[in-house]
Amino acid sequence: MTVQELADTLQLKEFNMGEPDRTAEGGYCGDLLSWVMGRAVAGGAWLTIMSNVNVAAVASLADVACVILTEGVQPDPPLLARCRAQDINLLGTEMSTYDCAGKLHALIG
Amino acid sequence: MSGDDKIHLSYQVEGGDLTRAGEASSSVKQTLRKLGLDPAVIRRVSVCMYEGEINMVIHANGGLAMVDVGLDDIVITLTDFGPGIPDIDKAMQAGYTTAADSVRDLGFGAGMGLPNMKKYSDDMKIKSIVGMGTTVTMVINIP
Repeated sequence: MTVQELADTLQLKEFNMGEPDRTAEGGYCGDLLSWVMGRAVAGGAWLTIMSNVNVAAVASLADVACVILTEGVQPDPPLLARCRAQDINLLGTEMSTYDCAGKLHALIG
Repeated sequence: MSGDDKIHLSYQVEGGDLTRAGEASSSVKQTLRKLGLDPAVIRRVSVCMYEGEINMVIHANGGLAMVDVGLDDIVITLTDFGPGIPDIDKAMQAGYTTAADSVRDLGFGAGMGLPNMKKYSDDMKIKSIVGMGTTVTMVINIP
């Protein structure tokens, strides 16, 4: 499933869609950045409540397909700017991390 | 390619500013992409380099990052003139950290940096002298 299809299906807020046609498969939930660097699935979705600018670097270097800010968290302005500059898919939802992960699991494993 | 069939990249990593941490790693990633390397190799290099870069920013007031891209492997050498690591075995333990609360609030300092670097490299060596600095060398093989 592409990130755009994922966003449409789960009615996610699209903060930035740099690569909407990228395929997303699998995922990881976490807020400690080194845990995410070490454990996130390449090409997966990353669910987090962390919203500072470093999220963009981790998303890019860990090569995740998209970041989903859960629990209604809004991106810090520098994060949004960095995602726009680097074409990183940044989404958001009011869902809890648990609920969002449950729905994602049914869709993309 | 230069005479020795390697591409040499080097970066000055600024200390203290976590908002800029990752710039060197991102630059390396872009270069490796242009060279057409396997995405899995690029990801391993990216993780190793980023964790090392973060460590230098947090603990050592910056340092020098050098990356040698060869046909068989990629060697990352990170050199700083920070406080050094008194007990490397302890520093290698997952979850062990000396990072400040201000750093932890940003999501760093979980004590997973060095373990990640070891996990994602094929070989890692740390040389450290307390009060002098630290050099970390990581090798990532190209299959």
